Amino acid sequence: MKPLPLSGQATAVAGMSNQTGRMVLRVRTVADGRGDIGTHDIALVRNMDDAASARASGFQAACLVGGGADLGNIFPQHIKLPGQFAYLGDGDIIGLQPHSRKLRVLYRRGSSHNAFLVTERCNHYCLMCSQPPRDIDDGWILDEIADALPLIDPTTRTIGFTGGEPLLEWRRFVALLDATRMLLPDTSVHVLTNGRGFASAEVVSAWAAVGHPQLCAGIPLYSSVSDIHDYVVQARDAFDETVLGILRMKDKAQRVEIRVVLHKITAPRLVETCTWIARNLPFVDHVALMGLENTGFALANQDALWIDPIDYKQDLATGVSILDSVGLAVSVYNLPLCLLDREIWRFAVQSISDWKNAYLPICDGCAVRSSCAGFFSTGRMRESVGLQAVADHYSMVSGST
Amino acid sequence: MVRFLPEAHFASSGAGDLQLLPLRFERLDDHRYLVANLVGDILLMSAAELDRITSLAVVPGDGLYERAVSKQLIARKNQTSQLQLLGLRLRSRMAFLRNATPLHIFVVTLRCEHSCPYCQVSRRSTDRDRYDMSEETAMRGVDVALAAPMQSIKIEFQGGEPLLNFELVKKIVVEAEQRSAAIGKVVSFVITTNLALLTDGVLEFCREHAVLISTSLDGPADLHNKNRPRPGGNSHTLATTGIRRVQEILGDDRVGALMTTTEASLDRVEEIVDEYISLNLDGIFLRPLSPYGFAIKTKQFGKYDASRWLTFYERGLRYILDINRQGRYFPEFYASLLLKRMLTDRPIGYVDLRSPAGIGLGALVYNYDGKVFASDEGRMLAEMGDRAFELGDLASDDYRSLILSEKLVGLVSASLTQCAPQCSSCAYEPHCGADPVYHHATQLDPVGIKPLSEFCARHKGIFRLLFELLEGSPEDAAILRRWAAA
Repeated sequence: MKPLPLSGQATAVAGMSNQTGRMVLRVRTVADGRGDIGTHDIALVRNMDDAASARASGFQAACLVGGGADLGNIFPQHIKLPGQFAYLGDGDIIGLQPHSRKLRVLYRRGSSHNAFLVTERCNHYCLMCSQPPRDIDDGWILDEIADALPLIDPTTRTIGFTGGEPLLEWRRFVALLDATRMLLPDTSVHVLTNGRGFASAEVVSAWAAVGHPQLCAGIPLYSSVSDIHDYVVQARDAFDETVLGILRMKDKAQRVEIRVVLHKITAPRLVETCTWIARNLPFVDHVALMGLENTGFALANQDALWIDPIDYKQDLATGVSILDSVGLAVSVYNLPLCLLDREIWRFAVQSISDWKNAYLPICDGCAVRSSCAGFFSTGRMRESVGLQAVADHYSMVSGST
Repeated sequence: MVRFLPEAHFASSGAGDLQLLPLRFERLDDHRYLVANLVGDILLMSAAELDRITSLAVVPGDGLYERAVSKQLIARKNQTSQLQLLGLRLRSRMAFLRNATPLHIFVVTLRCEHSCPYCQVSRRSTDRDRYDMSEETAMRGVDVALAAPMQSIKIEFQGGEPLLNFELVKKIVVEAEQRSAAIGKVVSFVITTNLALLTDGVLEFCREHAVLISTSLDGPADLHNKNRPRPGGNSHTLATTGIRRVQEILGDDRVGALMTTTEASLDRVEEIVDEYISLNLDGIFLRPLSPYGFAIKTKQFGKYDASRWLTFYERGLRYILDINRQGRYFPEFYASLLLKRMLTDRPIGYVDLRSPAGIGLGALVYNYDGKVFASDEGRMLAEMGDRAFELGDLASDDYRSLILSEKLVGLVSASLTQCAPQCSSCAYEPHCGADPVYHHATQLDPVGIKPLSEFCARHKGIFRLLFELLEGSPEDAAILRRWAAA
């Protein structure tokens, strides 16, 4: 179980540089008669024959993955990537720092889980953060995303923006959303934010003015008790600002999703939390109840956070039914079907991003594997005692009536 | 090395850091109190726990603190989100006030061929000229109805038996349709009829003009006929035959029935419900007698008290829940209405149970003689000689003069549950309503002394019953939640 590598180092970079010290490149497979090769496009080649036909097609630069061939004669401008990037395909986008040869895969055209990290800075310090924040000046990332947006396939169904906290630099981030509306009007755009920025009317007005038809803010809310929410996110008054932010967003008819991550602090209060959401925020657009990704800070805080999902199985079923009964759209993320009450299978979503999604040996004989969320391949997995191969999809379903 | 701060760092530091939010409570018995927040979310607790909350003697981690915060009984002093939430929920619950006077009742005749002893209207049997509404009066009524600010209004035909003056019903429907279309309004129609005089012509007209039918059905034949005598003693046959014909010609969802509980009904709730089921009606409204009209004169009202009625209601509701548990969706409509209030913040402006009261603001009644009343019960009182709820006359008044009359404003503002004695402190207040007509009729005061009020006793009884079902019986709770969501 290893996640797909989305960052690494090129083995060689030749003839590629610019003034900013970073560049955004779109890899393209070589096709005859290609007429739409732009300055950011780079031919994806496996061998010298590929390279020759790429040159003939008009490419100025090439990217060789996992080979030792010497491209220099054909392509003075080229990069070489290690074999772990063999998955790269036509239309994928990478960010490269030529001098350090560091690269990150920013977008994979064939994936429905493309998320752009907007910043590593955050005003929360969540006990279970899978992307621990760093207090660094990383404003260049926004520039990189702005360069990448025009290269994204406009038929892409969904993209995400995540952090860190994207709203810390809200003016620049909203400008990025504006660009997204222009370039990707048919793509649904999902932003993970702690929502505290929305407590400001100015931020919400700017957000609403973007006018992207499928823009949604996914905002975490961990408990109806403010003390507990604030403890989980390690920030005083976070609950108050987050809730006020949600209210302001809905007042401006913006789409809002509430995300509740389940662990030892939040799961035992789940029924209370869901009841509170159902009564107080029934107008949000979606509620996601999410299994824990055991990586990042979650590893450091194992003792405080780990709970076997089988131990909150009943409360999760109750919580889902409470939300569902008031007409809220609700989903269960990141949890395998064998740990869920059958009554809520229909709410379970295959939510784990493809690059870090995996299954276990025990799943081989499972009848519902193809519709199961599976597991995170990141971090260190903790196995529930309830894991089992489901014998028969139909017997499980009919058993529920 | 990452450093995380302990839970205590984020916890409230005690009473000085907390504020008590508006709450109301009701003592259930020696040990249990039912405590409601500003918008009526209810929590059960002991007297000691309630004491601790009101004195803010709760600390994070003790369980009660978390329950009280989650139910918005207390909040941190510097917090505004909980107050904002309560404020917007209250605003949502009261949003029915945006829709002034959605219902307009035309009493097209006071004549009726039934002679029900519980009649709340005091029907007349003779004298067409004297007890039928004139066309001129009817057209003035349409003027007033269409002057109401609502985009969408309902016109209900009442009697007496409105089919005895069906020609006028037709004229009003056609006129209201034409004139509403011209000003971009939508009007829907309902005829309240005993169906005894139902004809193909009536059905044809109702189909063409999408008129709904509301009728009376008190239960099985012997009970119904005893309650609702008419020459021939065949009221039940005519009503059930009529219901089936309406279902057949207009559709199942185009007819609803109301039952009235008499003393003879009290032991027979299962049979009454079965009668509704067998007629494929979509639910039942278990309704007590009202203290108006013949119901007083013939001493029908007062034959059973609130506690006997509640026993009847609870037995009926439990029987209906059994039916639902067997897979048939069949709501008790009054429970359904109250549950919408208890479980959601949807603005339920049910005209007979809201505060500010629905008199005038929810409905106007145009009597056969042109007098305008603030509610159907108000005109029933007038038939008994009490004109307390008579707002004016179609001959001389318009919508504004009726709605802004000092009489109406006085009655509505006097009866607000939000500030009426014993209502303002009642845990059920957010879900209940003011009934100035009832309290005027029974206590000669629009507010009334609530411990003496059967209205109050009945409603407290139903709220408590529903609360206990929701808390104590998961299977029933699931059914009740479905009713509330409908």
